[in-house]
Amino acid sequence: MTVLTSTPKPLRKHHATARAKRIFGRALIYGALLFWAFVCLFPIYWTVTTSFKSAVDVTQGHLLPWLDFQPDWKGWRSLGLSPDTIFGTSTARAEFVSRFVNSVITSVGASVLALVLGSLAAYGLSRFRYKFAWMRNDDILFFFMSQLILPPVVLALPFLVLYKALSMLDTRFGLILLYTLTVLPIVVWIMRDQFNAIPVELDEAAFVDGLSVWGAFIRIVLPLAVPGMVAAFILSLVLCWNEYFFAALLTSTDAKTLPVMVASQTGSQGINWWSMAALSTAAIAPLVLVGIFLERYIVSGLTAGAGK
Amino acid sequence: MIQDTSTLADDRHHKPASQLIRASRKTAGRALVVVASLGLLLVLLIQILHTTGAITAGFGDWRPILYAYLLWAIAFGAGQVLIRGERGLRALFLLPAVFFTVAVVIFPTLFGIYIASLDWNLSSLEGPRFNGLNNLIALFNDTYYWNALRNMIFYTVAVLGEYAVAFGLALLLNAEIRARKFFRIVFLLPMMLSPVAVSWMIGKSLMEYRFGPAASLARDLGWDNPAFFASPWIARFSIQAMDAWVSIPFIMIILLAGLQAMPKDVLEAAKVDGANAWQSFWHVTFPIMLPVSVTVLIIRIIFKLKLADIVINVTAGGPGGATDTVSSFIYRVYRDRSNVGYGTGLAMFYLVMIIVFLTLLLRLSNRWTQKVV
Repeated sequence: MTVLTSTPKPLRKHHATARAKRIFGRALIYGALLFWAFVCLFPIYWTVTTSFKSAVDVTQGHLLPWLDFQPDWKGWRSLGLSPDTIFGTSTARAEFVSRFVNSVITSVGASVLALVLGSLAAYGLSRFRYKFAWMRNDDILFFFMSQLILPPVVLALPFLVLYKALSMLDTRFGLILLYTLTVLPIVVWIMRDQFNAIPVELDEAAFVDGLSVWGAFIRIVLPLAVPGMVAAFILSLVLCWNEYFFAALLTSTDAKTLPVMVASQTGSQGINWWSMAALSTAAIAPLVLVGIFLERYIVSGLTAGAGK
Repeated sequence: MIQDTSTLADDRHHKPASQLIRASRKTAGRALVVVASLGLLLVLLIQILHTTGAITAGFGDWRPILYAYLLWAIAFGAGQVLIRGERGLRALFLLPAVFFTVAVVIFPTLFGIYIASLDWNLSSLEGPRFNGLNNLIALFNDTYYWNALRNMIFYTVAVLGEYAVAFGLALLLNAEIRARKFFRIVFLLPMMLSPVAVSWMIGKSLMEYRFGPAASLARDLGWDNPAFFASPWIARFSIQAMDAWVSIPFIMIILLAGLQAMPKDVLEAAKVDGANAWQSFWHVTFPIMLPVSVTVLIIRIIFKLKLADIVINVTAGGPGGATDTVSSFIYRVYRDRSNVGYGTGLAMFYLVMIIVFLTLLLRLSNRWTQKVV
């Protein structure tokens, strides 16, 4: 490794230039941070403010509410969510709520199912030595992880045919099964990490106390694994909520989820900007809130296994 | 990355206590499995004969097969416990996930390979017709498909750009700054948004030709005709920019975790030796972060190869197929022609290519990290 020697400067001048450099460095860092924060937030800001605009404001490209334009509830009214329409009946709002509920049911259902299946499998892989045909623990783990590689296209069309035969097209349960399959590898990955971090001595102490394998798992280990389970659950929730491909192909009226509803509005030409902005804002709001308040869990879920 | 190489892993594995299991219990277990298997086969047989018209009795759809499979799985699990005792209880942890995966992944994939050999238009009245290798031949002649594959090369290489930006952000967040939590949350937000919502928010409103702020900004900067999706290469970059916006937080968080886990004394030693910021980054930080970088790059590439939502909703693959990904193209093949057989054939071929590519990539990365480390 090359070693640099700095030429000695007079001490006072050295301190002054060093300070100037440090201040300049700080300014650069904060400048870059603020720039990227702007890049991240501006599209969201733009969408939210557009939902309060009317036609003139949109064509003029006004940016700042109350300064450039007067906010108006027009966009939200078309969705049935403005203060004056929120207590009345509104078909648009009824459809939005039903799609919202569908998204909630499919996401939560799939996350719960994946959590159950994945945690059990992860515990088994962490504690026991399996052997099936030629496959040992690592091969079994790779088997689960490799499902991440499957592009949705490969499964989408066979599932279309299969679900048609099983009369499961356009059902929430059908979507739940598919979504579980999408997030199961991630749950297994996170939970295996979590279980590996729980010392085996606890299991063995439980055995000494007379508990069976399942007893030790449920009574002793599982309560300790809750942080990992929460992280895995939230991460799965985020992934399922935003899923579009399968939902678009396999649902039509009953089980349609929120992304599909937003997408179908995006395509139609006649939609006006403020309604679309209101719909987009309502569609992203839940997960933005999750991101703001539950960021800690999302980060811990994503970094499972990394940096160790 | 997935290998568990420490010997501690072996210590974690319990050794099962030897048990003596009554022979009668074992036979009961075996009998249970046999009965359940026979039941499943019987239901299957009835339904197959019913659909081919051999017998009149049968079910309206194939759903009883699903229930029979579930019952069979439960019986198998119970049988394992009966037959093997303690070992059976251990197997019971893994069995639900395995049965689920076999039913939902293995079986449909095999079924998909079968479909790929058919000429099957779902909306037409006649059923599937066996097509043999015709689908494969049509695939090789399909210029749009190969065009989409070429686009995937561009999108995959663009991951390096995402990586560079994310690494820069991670370094920024790792520095001595205030309000780190605020910036981390703000930087995380784009990842929370549905790509469909982003398609409208950025693709169709921000970048809109007439009124979008991005277009207005471009006009202010001198670009007279800021049509972000009109010419092929600009459209590709626009789509890539949107996907990067959504995905950079993911890379950033993992790299940040790696940076925070890095031992501080190595950097201190470099500073004592007189290295400036760039040198300590390139010669110290970057090599240490190499394993994490390779892992996150591979994971990102795996997700990138699945890119479809943004393309479908913003450009529908246009202009003229310039922004198409393989997934979005197959989506349109299905939507326009309802040909399940050809579409699945395209998808299966893509899957094979992905597997080959990723295997090569993993092998190369293993060899490269070993050389550097």
